[in-house]
Amino acid sequence: MDARGGLRLEGLVKRFGEVEAVAGVDLELPPGQLVSFLGPSGCGKTTMLRMIAGLEQPTQGRVFLDGEDVTGRPPHLRDIGMVFQSLALFPHLSVAGNIGYGMRIRGRSAAETRARVDELLRLVSLDGMGDRRISQLSGGQRQRVATARALALEPRVFLLDEPLSALDANLREQLQVELRLLQQQLGISTIMVTHDQREAMTMSDLVVVMQDGRVEQVGPPLDVYRRPATAFVARFIGNTNLLEGQVLSDGRVRIRDVEFEFDADAAPSGFDGDRALVSVRPEEAHLAPGEPEGPNALGGTVVFVRDLGELFECYVDCGLDEHVVVAGSPRDRIAVAQGDRVTVRFPREACVVVRA
Amino acid sequence: MSERRRPGRGTYGVLAIPVAVLAVFFLVPFGMMVAASFYHRIEGGFYEPAFELDSWSRLFSQVFLERAAFSIGIALLAGALCTAIAFPFTYFLTRMGRRWHVALLILVLSALSLSEVIVGFTWSVLLGRAAGISNILVWLGLMDEPVAYQPGFVAVLLGLSYIAFPFCVLTLYPSLTRLDREVTEAAQTLGASPWRTFWTVVVPISRPIIMAGFLLVFVFTLGSYLIAAILGRPQHWTLSVFISDQASFNANVPFAAAMAIFLTVLSLAVVGVVILIESRTRRLA
Repeated sequence: MDARGGLRLEGLVKRFGEVEAVAGVDLELPPGQLVSFLGPSGCGKTTMLRMIAGLEQPTQGRVFLDGEDVTGRPPHLRDIGMVFQSLALFPHLSVAGNIGYGMRIRGRSAAETRARVDELLRLVSLDGMGDRRISQLSGGQRQRVATARALALEPRVFLLDEPLSALDANLREQLQVELRLLQQQLGISTIMVTHDQREAMTMSDLVVVMQDGRVEQVGPPLDVYRRPATAFVARFIGNTNLLEGQVLSDGRVRIRDVEFEFDADAAPSGFDGDRALVSVRPEEAHLAPGEPEGPNALGGTVVFVRDLGELFECYVDCGLDEHVVVAGSPRDRIAVAQGDRVTVRFPREACVVVRA
Repeated sequence: MSERRRPGRGTYGVLAIPVAVLAVFFLVPFGMMVAASFYHRIEGGFYEPAFELDSWSRLFSQVFLERAAFSIGIALLAGALCTAIAFPFTYFLTRMGRRWHVALLILVLSALSLSEVIVGFTWSVLLGRAAGISNILVWLGLMDEPVAYQPGFVAVLLGLSYIAFPFCVLTLYPSLTRLDREVTEAAQTLGASPWRTFWTVVVPISRPIIMAGFLLVFVFTLGSYLIAAILGRPQHWTLSVFISDQASFNANVPFAAAMAIFLTVLSLAVVGVVILIESRTRRLA
């Protein structure tokens, strides 16, 4: 019965004058999960969220909530809860007044409102703080009030617009975990907008990576990390090496004079002779002494070594446009120095062909 | 701890100019007026230095107290009327598209360039019988014959509110522009219609600025003189009209001075009381 809050977006387009903020998005978002819209600023992720909330009317396309077309429905009739980037708390009301606002608007009784507010205060660990003024709260406490307020009416969809961006780094990481645990506990359908890939990886069941108003890739965070579909996704989520080569007829890719092999789900889809980009994460590549032999290995010269103690990074010139970066923990460290000839191995399971 | 630089001699030098101007052109004349209020009036002539309380005791006559109550009453009414119109107007102005927003703002501000005399006489024509709006009503068949709406109480109230309106808008405008759009959107996602959002969020958040706008109009109209003189009968005259009437036509400078001081103290008192009430209710909220 907890299948409420399923969303379907059909051909969603939003133009602001000449600018196309969202350029045709089709998405099916399962209920009960936390989905992140991830992308750089200006990629259209916030506009998407606002169209789901009803705060923005799509230029084209439709929004379905649990199979029902809600495209033309104003926000106050949509049964959503939203945490805004600025938090948007009501400065004239106390903590309890903020959390109970929606219930009073809906005409719930004072007793029912008080009971629900107390329950929510406990849920977000703000017991006994109901009488405080907003101006007396810390950033993290304000964030919790905004969360409790948005959840008060048990909305079908919980929307978060960069909910932690105002907090400092340590607190942000702590609240990411708290918010995620809360979401799992309640099983509420949640959509979060963020530009922080760590935040998306920490919290999401599903990541929707966006760029220039389009969806680049949808998938569970680790799948998106391991099998990026495009060069943009590979670069935006974590660091990567992009090696350029040519597709061969047998589904392999030739980079310089070396042939690269791939797992079936990562192989090139192009034709013989097409240009191909191969993505390999720095921590998946490793170094070996001497000259390369066999597939998936390139020879090169060490250009720079960065040893941070916890992390070891080596820049190798393999005769490509960009230096290849190899990263590892201190345990993987091998004795190399600037100017050494080395072999960089790219394990077959770590190589992915991506679209440019 | 950050160390604040103490203001140097140059800072005091710059401050000295406005202080001197205020002293010479405000404090000294005000002191002279206080002195004059105790002087002896020579019937049919001027006044001579003395110390008597005649002018002050006249303040407690029933006629004068009624005038004072009327002046304060109409200023409060004008403040309420003006703010009631200006607040929603300014709020929706700041939510409009840029083009309309600027155009309307210019229109409102251009009303500032009109002098009080022009505004007074324009309203007196508009509300008059010869060429006023009642002629339009007659033409539309809503009335049998044109009537004069001035001089009269409503005419004075309208005129005062019209004059004060742009000032009220200007007081409200900066803080309403800065009102976080997400706050009103948050109310909507919590189930409040735009109308309820306005009443449960926009108005309560803006209460201090509404008070400021109201007080500005109050003080402004309490000191206004021409509008009441042009659009009102003597029983609609404000204290300011009486003061100038006493000073220029009755040549009773001591009484005019006493009334002027009384008016100043009175408006300060009303402002003080309103601020007190406002801060108390805010603490209780």
